[in-house]
Amino acid sequence: MTSQDRVPMVQLLNPEGEYGVPSAYAEYGKYIEALKEEDFLKFYRDMARMRRFDYEATALQRQGQLGLWIPAIGQEAAQIGSGYAVGHNDHIFPSYREHGVAITHGIDLMSILKMLRGVNHGGWNPDETRFHLYAIVLATQTLHATGYAMGVKFDGKVGNGDLENDLAVITYIGDGATAEGEASESFLFAATNKVPLVYFIQNNQYAISSPVATQTTVPLFQRGAGFGVPGIRIDGNDVLASYAVTKKHMDDAREGAGPHLIEALTYRMGAHTSSDDPTKYRSKDEEEYWKARDPLARLEKFLRRQGINQSFFDECEAAGEELSAYVRSETFALGNPPIENMFKHVYSEAHPLIEEQLAWLEGYEASFDDASGNGGAH
Amino acid sequence: MSNTVEMSIAKAINAGLRRAMQDNPKVLVFGQDVAQLGGVFRVTEGILDEFGPSRIFNSPIAEAGIIGTAIGLAMRGYSPVTEIQFDGFIFPAFNQITTQLAKIQNRSEGYLSMPVVIRVPFGGGIGAVEHHSESPEAYFAHTPGLRVISPATPNDAYWMIQQAVASKDPVLFFEPKRRYWQKGPVNLDTPPAGMHTAKVVREGSQLTIATYGPMVTTSLEAAAIAAEEGTSIEVIDMRSMAPIDFNTIIESVKKTGHLVVVSEASTNVSVASEVAARVAELAFYHLEAPVLRVGGFDVPYPAAKLEEKFLPDADRILEAVDRSLAF
Repeated sequence: MTSQDRVPMVQLLNPEGEYGVPSAYAEYGKYIEALKEEDFLKFYRDMARMRRFDYEATALQRQGQLGLWIPAIGQEAAQIGSGYAVGHNDHIFPSYREHGVAITHGIDLMSILKMLRGVNHGGWNPDETRFHLYAIVLATQTLHATGYAMGVKFDGKVGNGDLENDLAVITYIGDGATAEGEASESFLFAATNKVPLVYFIQNNQYAISSPVATQTTVPLFQRGAGFGVPGIRIDGNDVLASYAVTKKHMDDAREGAGPHLIEALTYRMGAHTSSDDPTKYRSKDEEEYWKARDPLARLEKFLRRQGINQSFFDECEAAGEELSAYVRSETFALGNPPIENMFKHVYSEAHPLIEEQLAWLEGYEASFDDASGNGGAH
Repeated sequence: MSNTVEMSIAKAINAGLRRAMQDNPKVLVFGQDVAQLGGVFRVTEGILDEFGPSRIFNSPIAEAGIIGTAIGLAMRGYSPVTEIQFDGFIFPAFNQITTQLAKIQNRSEGYLSMPVVIRVPFGGGIGAVEHHSESPEAYFAHTPGLRVISPATPNDAYWMIQQAVASKDPVLFFEPKRRYWQKGPVNLDTPPAGMHTAKVVREGSQLTIATYGPMVTTSLEAAAIAAEEGTSIEVIDMRSMAPIDFNTIIESVKKTGHLVVVSEASTNVSVASEVAARVAELAFYHLEAPVLRVGGFDVPYPAAKLEEKFLPDADRILEAVDRSLAF
């Protein structure tokens, strides 16, 4: 692979599913030791759910049910591990591939499919779920996360040693988005204000077709250092490293340590989106290399070593079948949104153009009903 | 008895901001050099002393960062009042303003609102170097989700900044920088009309001038000269470029039959263009001449020694008035 792969990274679970805490990373071990068997099973269950959802959504896109699909296969460990490390008051500012993080925060997966079908822009309540809407324009969300974290600090909700009420913010970006100027401005504002913010960079090796070397000459975990945002690299295909390192830095941020950056080295096993063709820019050998590091298979090996028996994996498989059936039937049942939806919430108060244009469009639409004589001809 | 004091536009914005900050503890003021210095035009002078560094603070010189963090603060329940130091420096923030700030309320189906004010000293006439004299309001007036206003008098400056801060929607607040020191009465008790209502600032019968921002003063000068020559001009201060109060303009045009739209901005695809188009649509049979636009030329804002030839003045406005009346 590239020279970047020789940089040390936090790995607690090797590709063979063997758990161990290297002495250099001893501080992270306690977060895993505090977990119970049920937590490991939860990680697996949701990683399997995320992958199954991805397969199903890909099929729905191919059948014309979705306008687009954004696969996240291969990034399950990075997303489920870090997602579960986020505390019950914390806020999450995702990019647009964080379906796994959404799973960990109770977002109805149909909300994601509705968005990619073109029914709405997500539709969930960001205040209530603390999982903000997907950001399509790269890195814009890093500044929103920074501003939110500034507000948290102004509210005095940091550094009180009160884990029930203090809170921190996490923002997800990809390797490609780190090149945006707004990511750099975010690092600067976060550092100068010393806000409770963790950057979780999923370095999945490609920005559509451009390899990460197009975006950076230094490893991305070092990207924030010059701004005053220290960073660490983790094995992004290791759910335990993802969980433990995110948990530690979210706790530290909540306690007033300031911003931190985590680079999760992972691999987008699928295409950038359903419109992409990875065979044009990457090799079979490379795909095989990463297949051997599949995060889901790795966790399965670990669980089997722990003595988890086949019935658990059968249950997960059955749950996957159920999820697929649910997603398919719900998607087929989705109608088109009413036309007035596009005029809603453009402004919070009355606006003459909006009112005039909605009234006009309704009259125009109604004119077809009148002309057809039998209604609904359009 | 109303409590009226004389002050400049700059002082009136300052006083209005202070009152907004007293009324709502969630109002924060930030931008480049706004704290100790009070901004390069001293509009925020003294606010640090009164409210302290938790309410007003300097930002790094990074406009996208200023607006992007304002969005995050608004999500957290704050009401940020940001300053972009000069009109020509707003473009690094263009992405955050147009793709995020303007759209987040709609994107979130109303779960989030964006009560963010962006103060922008705009327009020319101060002999400045490049990028310090521009009128970029059309970019923002074109963007759904934004409100765009400009006060032309101290009284409007005092009240419209408070109305902008109170709005739940993002407001671009364009300050006519060459008029900052222009003084006038401010009624501290009674607000004028809402921030999107146009105002007839001089009554007349033969021709209507619709204008806003720094050109209100220039248009009033032109109307005074015309009056001496026996021509009666009605001047409308539009006050708002998005939404535009077309009713007030249409009512006036129904009376005069002639309309000249004046602004400093380059006229091609401008706010003035929209006024001309809509008036043609809504008052076609009342017009006795085509709507004329007087504005900056469609060239980059020129070097300072040429700006008086670029900017409309009373004579350029009167030339259009003559053409309209002679049609």
